[in-house]
Amino acid sequence: MSDVVRSEELAHGDVGRSEELATSEGRNTASRGRSTGPGREAKVLSIIETARAKRGKFRDAQVTMAHGAGGKATQSMIEGLFLPAFGSETLSAMADAAIVGVGGAELAMTTDTFVVKPMRFPGGSIGELAVNGTVNDVAMAGARPLALTLALVLEEGLGADELRAEVEAIAATARTAGVELVAGDTKVVERGHADGMYICTTGVGVRDPRARLAPSALRPGDRLLVSGTIGEHGTAIMLARGEFELDAEIESDTCSLWPAVDALLHAAGPGLRCLRDATRGGVASVLNELARASGVAMVVREADVPVRPAVMGAAEILGIDPMYVANEGRLVAAVAPEDAESALAALRAVPGCEDAADIGEVRADPPGMVLVATAFGGRRVMDQLVGDPLPRIC
Amino acid sequence: MKYVDEYRDAELGQVLAGEIAAAVPAGEHLKLMEVCGGHTHSIYKYGVDDLLPDAVELVHGPGCPVCVIPMGRVDDGIAIAHEPGVIFTCFGDMMRVPGSNGTLLEAKAQGADVRMVYSPLDALRIAKANPERDVVFFAIGFETTAPSTALTLLRARAERVPNFFVMCNHVTILPPLRALLESPDLRLDGFIGPGHVCTVVGARPFEFIPAEYGKPLVVSGFEPLDLLQSVHMIVRQLADGRREVENQYARVVPYEGNLRALEVMAEVFELRAHFEWRGLGFISRSALKLSEAFAELDAERRYSVPGVRVADPKACQCGEVLKGVIKPWECKVFGSACTPERPIGTCMVSPEGACAAYYNYGRFSREQLAV
Repeated sequence: MSDVVRSEELAHGDVGRSEELATSEGRNTASRGRSTGPGREAKVLSIIETARAKRGKFRDAQVTMAHGAGGKATQSMIEGLFLPAFGSETLSAMADAAIVGVGGAELAMTTDTFVVKPMRFPGGSIGELAVNGTVNDVAMAGARPLALTLALVLEEGLGADELRAEVEAIAATARTAGVELVAGDTKVVERGHADGMYICTTGVGVRDPRARLAPSALRPGDRLLVSGTIGEHGTAIMLARGEFELDAEIESDTCSLWPAVDALLHAAGPGLRCLRDATRGGVASVLNELARASGVAMVVREADVPVRPAVMGAAEILGIDPMYVANEGRLVAAVAPEDAESALAALRAVPGCEDAADIGEVRADPPGMVLVATAFGGRRVMDQLVGDPLPRIC
Repeated sequence: MKYVDEYRDAELGQVLAGEIAAAVPAGEHLKLMEVCGGHTHSIYKYGVDDLLPDAVELVHGPGCPVCVIPMGRVDDGIAIAHEPGVIFTCFGDMMRVPGSNGTLLEAKAQGADVRMVYSPLDALRIAKANPERDVVFFAIGFETTAPSTALTLLRARAERVPNFFVMCNHVTILPPLRALLESPDLRLDGFIGPGHVCTVVGARPFEFIPAEYGKPLVVSGFEPLDLLQSVHMIVRQLADGRREVENQYARVVPYEGNLRALEVMAEVFELRAHFEWRGLGFISRSALKLSEAFAELDAERRYSVPGVRVADPKACQCGEVLKGVIKPWECKVFGSACTPERPIGTCMVSPEGACAAYYNYGRFSREQLAV
């Protein structure tokens, strides 16, 4: 047991150690082989990958918060319960929006529900999310958003000012996004049976003739672009809840992504393979979904992923990876290699997308997996989330 | 990010990796155990393993607080959570640890009021905000987190909060290390010492490892360069024929520990005669309980809990993984019956657990990915 606490040692950083570290020119680039039998390890891993590629089964006794988190539990609920029950071909494609043919026209259609807590947060509110979230799902199908329906579930006792503020936010956001609100519905439930306000929006758009997008269209060699700095929406919500006693100037990134999609379609045309907005589960979840849908691998260069310092700092303190944090105005695009450069330039010219970046590429092996080349020079898997510790971010 | 990026410099990492490779005596294969789950997590997160030469192998040790909690204790916690009027609080990882009949997350879905907190003080705050209900904090962790539980208990008593209780599952790091070193099937050449535990207990208590067992130990920080430098220091000791405790993490760890924290712990806790460790069995004097002076705040005294010892599932080899005898992928149920979404063993639950870290981050054939 100690007799004195040496506080001067606590205060002493040893950042200056670097010269001590940098005394040799040694390099270690040898590939890894394990003395414990790499052959057997590879075999065990391939069995696991085969099992993972199978459609999920819904075996839980009850719904837990994990089913709403967008990770593996959500996936097994969708694949094990919803798809077998509704099983249309369109639904099975599991795109952000469905393409429905109507008398020669191709419409994109989608729906989304919003339960974010708190209702207002830096950079946005539940009303803005309800418009942009659905508009963006339509846009991810390569469709120009046209119209929205709006369903409100209100809790008894909700302040009229709060309701009015959200209605105004919805109207303003819809105007900016160029969509019309064409139908709606309202229900009120007893106090305690909802949390202020829940919103459901359904969106319709018309598919752009330049768009040839599909989650299964990715090919080895394709490049992966993100439309800006990541992780701001989820971080803003976490801090707005006040559970961490952290303070930082981080605002939600909520915005319409149609201008970005329009620019990408213009620059890359059929070279644009697929789009996803990186909402719940973040960029990591989107990449995993696409890798699985196309049966390809992805390698992300961690050092090239744009993250604002404030977001990085909050993530560092909270022990989370910004790649898994939700965005509400950022997309991931897979682009044919020959069109990647012009697509990135076009994206960066769109207001709000100045920080867009090329973060990695599609590979053939190992199928269905997303791998990261860490900034430190190592490698690792970037898997789907198992459960989101922070529910109700949208 | 200042004060962080300096410890993640890829070029320095390559340089250091080269020095490690050069320092390993020819023909040797060294097995080093990182004791702490936080190290396991860092090693995988940054891909530190990738930079090490083939002759140095890292073995993941027992220092993950969630991973060592036996099923019976989870059952006891769930039983308390189901008591009428109870608000049950715990850290997020703990909610997914399986007991013999489900997890706390499932208990929550069944109606128990289970809430995730980030600190025991959050639980105390909940108690003050809900004076008509009992608030129980499920305390876990090594000496790293025990002082914060102790300080919270002191505050609860000073502020006379009558409805705050702690179910104490705090454990101590030295007894399992000794048990490990006594284990006949163990073959280790050195230890990466648990930096966070050492901020509290200091580095001195680990001196028995070189003295009695002839193994070097280097107390390490958690950044990738910290880990590489610690490996380098261990390899140098082995090459020079030295066996001692060294402190790589001197910017945070005083060699003698944090006296104030140790005092608070001594005031609030006493050693249990024995405690069951997941996969390791009963280890005497290896865990803490509330002392007599704090009996009124002890959830185990307020509620009668089943207190039943539940055998680990037969197929689960967490014990061997925790002892470093097998690699996670060598376990019979790894990745098939036992996955992070449906864990059988605790090593698959916490991101600090060896199996979860390997499954989430390391599960790829290295030959397939040349970056």
